[in-house]
Amino acid sequence: MTGADNVVWLGTPAFPEAARSALADSRLRTNLRRATGTIRDKRLAVAAELEDWEELRETAAAIKRHTLRHLDHHLLRLEKAVTAAGGVVHWAADAADANRIVTYLVKQTGADEVVKVKSMATQEIGLNEALADAGIRAYETDLAELIVQLGGDRPSHILVPAIHRGRSEIREIFRREMGEWGRPAPEDLTDEPRDLAEAARLHLREKFLRTKVAVSGANFAAADTGTIAVVESEGNGRMCLTLPETLITVMGIEKVLPSFADLDVFLQLLPRSSTGERMNPYTSLWTGVTEGDGPQHFHLVLLDNGRTATLADEVGRQALACIRCSACLNVCPVYERTGGHAYGSVYPGPIGAVLTPQLVGIENAASLPFASTLCGACYDACPVKINIPEVLVHLRAEAVEAKRRGRLLPTTEGLAMKAAGVVLGSPRRLAAVQRLAAVGARLVARDGRIGALPGPFARWSGTRDTPAPARESLRAWWRRTRTPTNDDARTAAEGEGRR
Amino acid sequence: MRIALFITCFNDTMFPRTGRAVTELLERLGHTVEFPQGQTCCGQMHFNTGYRPETLPMVRRFAEVFAGYDAVVAPSGSCAGMVRDHHRVVAAQYGDSALAEAVEQVVPTVYELSELLVDVLGVTDVGAYFPHRVTYHPTCHSLRMLRVGDRPLRLLRAVKGIDLVELPDAESCCGFGGTFALKNADVSNAMLADKMRHVQDTGAEILSAGDNSCLTHIGGGLSRLRTGVGTMHLAEILAATEGDVR
Repeated sequence: MTGADNVVWLGTPAFPEAARSALADSRLRTNLRRATGTIRDKRLAVAAELEDWEELRETAAAIKRHTLRHLDHHLLRLEKAVTAAGGVVHWAADAADANRIVTYLVKQTGADEVVKVKSMATQEIGLNEALADAGIRAYETDLAELIVQLGGDRPSHILVPAIHRGRSEIREIFRREMGEWGRPAPEDLTDEPRDLAEAARLHLREKFLRTKVAVSGANFAAADTGTIAVVESEGNGRMCLTLPETLITVMGIEKVLPSFADLDVFLQLLPRSSTGERMNPYTSLWTGVTEGDGPQHFHLVLLDNGRTATLADEVGRQALACIRCSACLNVCPVYERTGGHAYGSVYPGPIGAVLTPQLVGIENAASLPFASTLCGACYDACPVKINIPEVLVHLRAEAVEAKRRGRLLPTTEGLAMKAAGVVLGSPRRLAAVQRLAAVGARLVARDGRIGALPGPFARWSGTRDTPAPARESLRAWWRRTRTPTNDDARTAAEGEGRR
Repeated sequence: MRIALFITCFNDTMFPRTGRAVTELLERLGHTVEFPQGQTCCGQMHFNTGYRPETLPMVRRFAEVFAGYDAVVAPSGSCAGMVRDHHRVVAAQYGDSALAEAVEQVVPTVYELSELLVDVLGVTDVGAYFPHRVTYHPTCHSLRMLRVGDRPLRLLRAVKGIDLVELPDAESCCGFGGTFALKNADVSNAMLADKMRHVQDTGAEILSAGDNSCLTHIGGGLSRLRTGVGTMHLAEILAATEGDVR
């Protein structure tokens, strides 16, 4: 399996092209603006309620740093604790490995269908598709995931996968598709949220009561006790976690926490950062199996799929601290305009722009680190203080290096940067270019402003006038109007002499 | 105080009037301003576009040219942010220990204009007079890299005659982002459209900011739409005095 295959679905165009079609969809933009704006305001309000919010963030960041530095140790502790509690631990190096393990485990039970709790990890490896290939049907039970699945769609948000859909669209999807998957939607279904929820409830209940195998993700796993935690809003997850006979959890290896007590910190940060709630409605915790209560067979699949490689990068590894709260998506001005699909990965938004290229290799997602203005809103919002702008520029350097390695001739951009470097390498050359620019601009400017520009600047000048460079640069003005001090002369001479 | 002006390559070429305004303003406040002629660029464009090794000569030049001043002032939040946040990174990654030491010496002396005025020189009323309706866009790097907070607004509120109006959704990025405006032109334009709408909603004659790059982007859009709203760097408003035709 190549790098590009393991985070579904990286077959999309580069970000700028994908963004262009998203921007053309005005309904998408309206839905996104409303939804992200609402969550953003709620998040700020509930975070402000906690006096120790900043300390909590710092603590969470420290726990994550420590865990990632000793990840091998904590994973082995987790394996031991889960095994002792009656669970079975499996290690998956990549997506194909994980899919093979889960398919095998489901087949062993004799079942040909599974219910699923919303899980990023199984989205990442394309588990539903792999199960379908093996004749096993996977039912998404999270309401938004259900909408996405019935719509033959892809999630566009980490927490609100159907954020791009309005309620009338959802009604259409339910009426058209529910019958294909099980209990159909009522004939007279309206687009009232209550009616839509009721239709989903009846459709799903049939599956919860019938299905013998569940697949879940994990928000956290405590290494000391072997306890797995799933946090959700609807209770559909809890149905999956308690009713079936067999439970298979697929978890990225970075989700482990050293101890059960660490949940104290993260269960305060996660709901506030994600949904703007003080506490999420359902927090399910389970430790192995308990006779006569809940699933009697529990399997934990620990997924690497590029994470160990990411861990090796000292700057980039902080992306593995992500708790998938999606606060960075909701504050990102780029995400707000494009939605998640433009990022071409199950991990969209700012965190996706730093995580995806690391999981799949920078050469397979080179446009993502550039899908940001580096405005820094994501870093401010991140509950575990991932310095996303720092990782973005770090990965941009890697993207440029990867491109350099792969070609004999430099790119146009590379040549332009080189030329700019030569000019900016010397004050004398910069002054010469400034004089040239001033003369050139006078030829094309009208009222001191320049309209259409050629080449790479055409896209800039399509919507903006550009001011003409000044007739006299500041350095020229300074030389003309001021007697140079000794110091000015010294620095100028040194600046020239060295090169 | 002996203050070196780091004009930044962009202002030097496009907006020398901003550099003249900084000079007038600081001299009016009784300080000595010097312009080290060896200066060129902070390297932000190269660094942020991924051309990291190419940034090294500029980091080296900056550390040498600006060594030994009481303070270095830049009328640009993003260039000041580049120096403060990233010159150490470049020096550590590609330079030698002498460069790392030189960068360590110079970085703490570098300030964005509003920081220098409020924190170092201790003034908020700089004696300016500017009888116009103005709104202020707090540029992302000033806001979130440098954390200048409300310093620019405190300076503007003390300006005589000014009618300072709040910009709705002020802290949202304008969509410039350096080479982002070229690489992701469509998203940049969508962000620009929203920013322009908010600026026009204020009814201001002038949009001000601490970064001419953001103002070039927003002002270029406002000019193309013939809105009649002008742009002006914070320094130019603070330098304006009674009888001044600015």
